[in-house]
Amino acid sequence: MSEKKQTTMVPYPSHAIVPERDVHKRPVLEARHLGIEFGGLKAVDDFNLIIGATEIAGLIGPNGAGKTTIFNLITKVYQPTMGTILLDGRDTTGLNTIQVNKLGIARTFQNIRLFDKLSVEDNVKIGLHNQMKYSAGTGVLRLPGYWKQEKKMHEKALDLLSIFDMQDLADHEAGSLPYGAQRRLEIVRALATNPKLLLLDEPAAGMNPAETAELMENIVKIRDTFQIAIMLIEHDMKLVMGICEGIAVLNYGRIIAKGTPSEIQNNPTVVEAYLGKKKEG
Amino acid sequence: MIRVSFLSNLINGISLGSVYAIIALGYTMVYGIAKMLNFAHGDVIMIGAYISFCVTQYLGLPAWVSVLASMLVCTLLGMTIERLAYKPLRSAPSLAVLITAIGMSYFLQNIAQLIWSANPKSFTSVVAFEPLRLFGGKLIITDEAIVTVLVCVVIMICLTLFTEKTKMGKAMRAVSEDKGAAQLMGINVNMTISVTFAIGSALAAIAGVLLCSSYPALMPTTGSMPGIKAFTAAVFGGIGSIPGAMLGGILLGIIEILGKSYISTELGDAIVFAILIILLLVKPTGLLGKKVNEKV
Repeated sequence: MSEKKQTTMVPYPSHAIVPERDVHKRPVLEARHLGIEFGGLKAVDDFNLIIGATEIAGLIGPNGAGKTTIFNLITKVYQPTMGTILLDGRDTTGLNTIQVNKLGIARTFQNIRLFDKLSVEDNVKIGLHNQMKYSAGTGVLRLPGYWKQEKKMHEKALDLLSIFDMQDLADHEAGSLPYGAQRRLEIVRALATNPKLLLLDEPAAGMNPAETAELMENIVKIRDTFQIAIMLIEHDMKLVMGICEGIAVLNYGRIIAKGTPSEIQNNPTVVEAYLGKKKEG
Repeated sequence: MIRVSFLSNLINGISLGSVYAIIALGYTMVYGIAKMLNFAHGDVIMIGAYISFCVTQYLGLPAWVSVLASMLVCTLLGMTIERLAYKPLRSAPSLAVLITAIGMSYFLQNIAQLIWSANPKSFTSVVAFEPLRLFGGKLIITDEAIVTVLVCVVIMICLTLFTEKTKMGKAMRAVSEDKGAAQLMGINVNMTISVTFAIGSALAAIAGVLLCSSYPALMPTTGSMPGIKAFTAAVFGGIGSIPGAMLGGILLGIIEILGKSYISTELGDAIVFAILIILLLVKPTGLLGKKVNEKV
């Protein structure tokens, strides 16, 4: 599988790399000298990364390296204290979470954060929220505009759920789903916001090898169907090396290596800082 | 004869309970979404009643106009209170927000005292049709009681439809479960909280008008006791739960009226709170409250 998915990476624009097919497209994400300090402690420092328009990118590193912090910076849960993030060429300095979501950033969470008491379908509809257009009055009075929109959104929600064959679970309470299904639902809910870049925080955490293999196929399928970029944090090296085209390795808040899976696997710094530890353990 | 008087008390209880329920909805919705106790809610009721009073007495406009005006003013008032007093404290400890809410409550009472003085005003009922007479005139159901119960039922149906079926309602439920995740899905949390205050305050205006239609002495402290009782009702039914607020409110009204009629007029309120204490000892989450699993 890994051989088949390998793409030639080319330098772009200078020290960055993106898959060849994305070279002539505007990169979906460009982080320039990104950094954040928490009371003098640099959690992320001089983070530079470019992600191609349809790239599957991986962010790896030991626990506490600052991976989730990067996601929080991109989604503006934290405001960076240094540097800038460009989304699809647009500077996001000063924007808030909702605004970057509307610009096309969606994410899932390391610890699942579904709306447990809402149905599976309603969870997806929360993702569709900004695409639904009717007023509250129309909704309470059940005017034709409400039914029309609701029908459209119902179909769209089921459509999205069918990516993971979950359309039969639409009426179940999200909190009652088994763990793997909850992780999948989080991805569907994020996709519903119509992102250009989908951030997955440890999508395979807690999954068995069979589920992980299925997830890998689905991530590639999502990229191919929606033609979006996906950036993932993951500890499962089989998944990362299997589907990621570009990988960045983070340690103590700094990027210590960037490259294709084979480059990363053979990078002595990475082996020492990260994979090396694993061998010893 | 005993049966008829019991029925009459029961109906009065349901009617009073309906007012509590409408007020309790405001408490419970705000708690569910903003995770705060808005103790100024009871005083919004009082302001609502004064507005209605002024519109009918000084402007001479019909009753329904006064109700609409009072809803409009209270909606704006509720949103303004949230914007100025609570929003800046969104990430402050909950005790700070609680103290602010209590401060806001006294602020509203004193403003009302400045404008309308402390002397009770005699509120004219906004409903004026013939009371219903049953059993050959032995059982009289007042027009206020009928309207109050009907309004309460309509509000319940609308609110349920709103929270279950509309996108704003769903956004509210999402925000009440996880503000952060909702925001990352593109939901405007601040606006959702603002809408919640708007709805709660509009309901408070309706409650104020209905309350003063049945109990016409209107003064700056009119809202505080019903406010506390409605808060009790919200806790009784399970705070955060909309059906819980309805059930809690109506049960509380019935208990209060029956307690006053059959046990002791003076002890009526004490009985209400004693029952609350017993219920919370047995079921700390309230009647319909769900157990919250704190994540570690």
